Amino acid sequence: MLALDRTSRSAIGLSHVGDRGAGGWTGRLAPSGGTPLNAIAEALLGALGLIATRDAKLIEIATLSVAVSLSAVLLASLLALPLGAAVAVARFPGRHALIVLLNALMGLPPVVVGLVVYLLLSRAGPLGELGLLFTPTAMVIAQTLLILPIIAALARQGVEDAWIEYEEQLRSLGVTGIAAAATLLWDTRYSLVTAVLAGLGRASAEVGAVMIVGGNIDGVTRVMTTAIALETSKGDLTLALSLGIVLILLVLLLNAAAFIVKESAQRRYG
Amino acid sequence: MDLRPILLAAVLILPGSAPAKDFITVASTTSTEQSGLFKHILPIFEQETGIQVRVVALGTGQALDLGRRGDADVVLVHAKALEEQFVADGFGVQRFEVMHNDFILVGPRSDPAGVRGGADVVAALRKIAAARAPFVSRGDRSGTHFAELELWKTAGIDIAADKGPWYRDTGSGMGPTLNTASGLNAYALTDRGTWISFKNRGELTTLVEGDRRLFNQYGVILVSASAHPHVKTKLGQAFVDWLLSRRGREAIAAFKVDGEQLFFPGADPRSR
Amino acid sequence: MSSLLPLGLDEVGFRASGRVILDRVSAEVIAGPRTVILGANGAGKSVLMRICHGLLAPTSGAVHWNELAAPEAARRQAMVFQRPVMLRRSALANVEYALKVARVAPTDRRARAVEALENVGVRHLADRPARVLSGGEQQRLALARAWALRPEVLFLDEPTANLDPSATREVEAIIAAIHAAGTKVVMTTHNLGQARRLADEILFLHAGRLTERAPADAFFERPVSAEAAAFIKGELPWT
Repeated sequence: MLALDRTSRSAIGLSHVGDRGAGGWTGRLAPSGGTPLNAIAEALLGALGLIATRDAKLIEIATLSVAVSLSAVLLASLLALPLGAAVAVARFPGRHALIVLLNALMGLPPVVVGLVVYLLLSRAGPLGELGLLFTPTAMVIAQTLLILPIIAALARQGVEDAWIEYEEQLRSLGVTGIAAAATLLWDTRYSLVTAVLAGLGRASAEVGAVMIVGGNIDGVTRVMTTAIALETSKGDLTLALSLGIVLILLVLLLNAAAFIVKESAQRRYG
Repeated sequence: MDLRPILLAAVLILPGSAPAKDFITVASTTSTEQSGLFKHILPIFEQETGIQVRVVALGTGQALDLGRRGDADVVLVHAKALEEQFVADGFGVQRFEVMHNDFILVGPRSDPAGVRGGADVVAALRKIAAARAPFVSRGDRSGTHFAELELWKTAGIDIAADKGPWYRDTGSGMGPTLNTASGLNAYALTDRGTWISFKNRGELTTLVEGDRRLFNQYGVILVSASAHPHVKTKLGQAFVDWLLSRRGREAIAAFKVDGEQLFFPGADPRSR
Repeated sequence: MSSLLPLGLDEVGFRASGRVILDRVSAEVIAGPRTVILGANGAGKSVLMRICHGLLAPTSGAVHWNELAAPEAARRQAMVFQRPVMLRRSALANVEYALKVARVAPTDRRARAVEALENVGVRHLADRPARVLSGGEQQRLALARAWALRPEVLFLDEPTANLDPSATREVEAIIAAIHAAGTKVVMTTHNLGQARRLADEILFLHAGRLTERAPADAFFERPVSAEAAAFIKGELPWT
C-alpha cells in the first residue's frame, strides 16, 4: 500500500484524503481521485484489489457476514418451512387472516426488528441476563426473526399450490395433516430453495437490524453491510462501494452454489 | 445438501463468539470512533492489560442511554452537562476529563455568508442565520449537537423557532452530516478529528476555528455497579485508570492524522 | 375379519352452489361383479365415486360399508384418478411410499412394490423419476401403487380418459387382472365401448339420478329407461 506524504498527495490532487493507516485496510490500491464515473471504476479496481491481496480485514468481516446470515437462514428455515407447510395444508378459522399477516411481515423493516430485539436483549430488558447484546448471536437472532416470515410465506404458497394437485390422491392413500405437510415439503424442495434464497438475500443485504443489536463493534460484530455504512459515514465512498461490490459477489457466489447443488440433485433424483 | 459446514458455523457463532477473553463494552461517540483514535490506542491497552475493549459508537445522548440501561461498562462522551447529570442520577461513578480538542465551522468555498477567516464563531452563526445560508445540523443529541445548540443560544438566536428551510436537521452522525453538507454545499459544525479523516469534502473547507467557545472536552465515566450489578467494575476501572495514566495520555497524544494531533489528553486549562 | 362389502348407498344426495349434483341415489354394491358407473359428462359419476371413497361428504343420505367404521373402511380401499398424481421421486419409491403410509413392514415394502411393478409391466421403469414417465406409464404406475395395497375395493375414475388407445388397452387389461385376483372393481366411464368391454353390471346415472341398474348384457340389449336407450344410441348430449 502506498504511503504518500502531504506534498506528493496535494501534487496529484489528493489533498483531502486522510492517512490510510487509520482505516486498517491494507490491501487497498491508492485512489486516484477524479469524476464520479471514475469513482465506479476505482471502486471495481478496489474490490478486485481487496480480494486479490486477501485483505485480512475484508476476510474477517466477510466471514462473519456469511456465518451470521447462513446461521440465520438455517434457523429460520427450520422453523419457517414447517410453519408454511402447516398453514398451507391445515384448515382453521382465521387462516386467511394469518396468510395475509405472513405476507405482510415479509416487509418487516429491519431496523424495527433490530430495535425490538435490542429492547429484549438489553440489560434493562427481559432477556438481559443472557448477556447476548452486541454479540454475533444477537445478530443471528434478529436476522432469523426478520427472514422467518419471508421463507414461511413463500413456502406456504408453494406447498399450497402443490396441495391443490396432490390433495385427493394423498387423502385417498390416507395421508393427512403433518404427514401430508412433510410429504409436500419434500416434494416441493426445489422451489423451496428459492424461498430460502430469498431469505438469504434479505439477511445478507440488511444493515438496520445488525447495526442496532450488534453495535458494529470492530473485530466483533462488524459485518459487510455495517462496514459499508461506516465507511460511507466517514466519507470514504470509494471504499464503501468496493465493499459493496465484494458483498454482491459473495451473495452471487452463494446463489450460484445453491443453483449447482439444485441442478445436480434434480438431474440425479428427478 | 451438505449441512455440516453450516452447522459448524452455527455452533461457532451461537455461543456468542469467543467469550474466553476478558472484555469490556465502551459506549462512545462517532467522533472518537471514526477519527481512528480507538484503532490507535486500544491495541496498546489490550497488549498491556489483556483486556479487549469493544466500542459501540453512537451519539453522546445514545451512549449515555446505553450506560443508563446497563448495556455498557464505561461511557466516553463529550457533553459535560449531560455527563454530570448522568453521575448525579446515580448511573456513573465519577466523571474524569480525559481529553479535549475543538470544533470547527466548515462550509463551502464560495462562503455565501462571508464568515471565512473569522475567529468569532458566534458572529459567524449570526451571519449564516441572517443570510439564510444552508446549514446542516446533527440533530441527534450528540455532544456536537449540544455544542451547536449552545452556540445558537449564545448568538441570541432561538434556533428551534427561527429555523427555516436553510437549517437542515439530519438526525445523524458526524460523517453522514458532513456527507449531507458536502452534497448541499452547506455550513456545518464538526469536531476536528472527524473532519481531518473525512474523505468526501467536496467543496467544503475550514472557515472558522480557534474560538474559545469551540472547545470540546471529552469525559470518561465508569458505569456504577450500584445501578447495574453486572457491570465489569474491575476491568472498566482499569480502562479508566489507563486512559488517565501517563501511558494512556501518551497514546492519545501520539495519535496523528496527516501529521496533526487530534486529541489532547486531560482538561484544557483554558476551559470555562 | 368381516368384508367391506356390500357397500350401501342410502338416498345419497349432493348439492353445491345451489345446484343438485346427485339426487337420492340408493343402491347396494356387492362383492364379485365388475361394477361400471356409466353416464354422460356431468351426470355426477365422479362425485358419486368420491362420496363412496370418502373424499367428499354427502349433503344428504349416507354411505355404509357393511357396518364397518369409516377409518377401517378407508384402509381397505384404493382409488385411481383420471390424472395420475406422482410424487417427485422414482417410480418404485412412489409405490413404497404408499406401502409405508399403509404401515406395511419395512422389510416387506420393497418386495411388494417390485411385485406390483411387475404385474403392470413397468418393472423396467422402477428407478426412473415418476413424473417424467408418459401418461400411460404413470397410469399403470398408479394402478401398481393401488394394487400393492391389496385393497378389497378399487375405485377408478375415468382412468383412461386421457390415454391413447394402446395405453387404454393396457390399462384395461390390468384392471381385469386386478379383478381376477380378487379385488372388487368399481369404475366410472362415459365411454360406451369401454363399458361394454369391462362391465359385469351397469349403474346408469343421468342428471344425478340412478336411472337404471342391470347386468351388462341386459343393459346394452334391452335398456329400460329412455335416457339409457338414448345414451347407448349416442343421442344424449355430452354437456
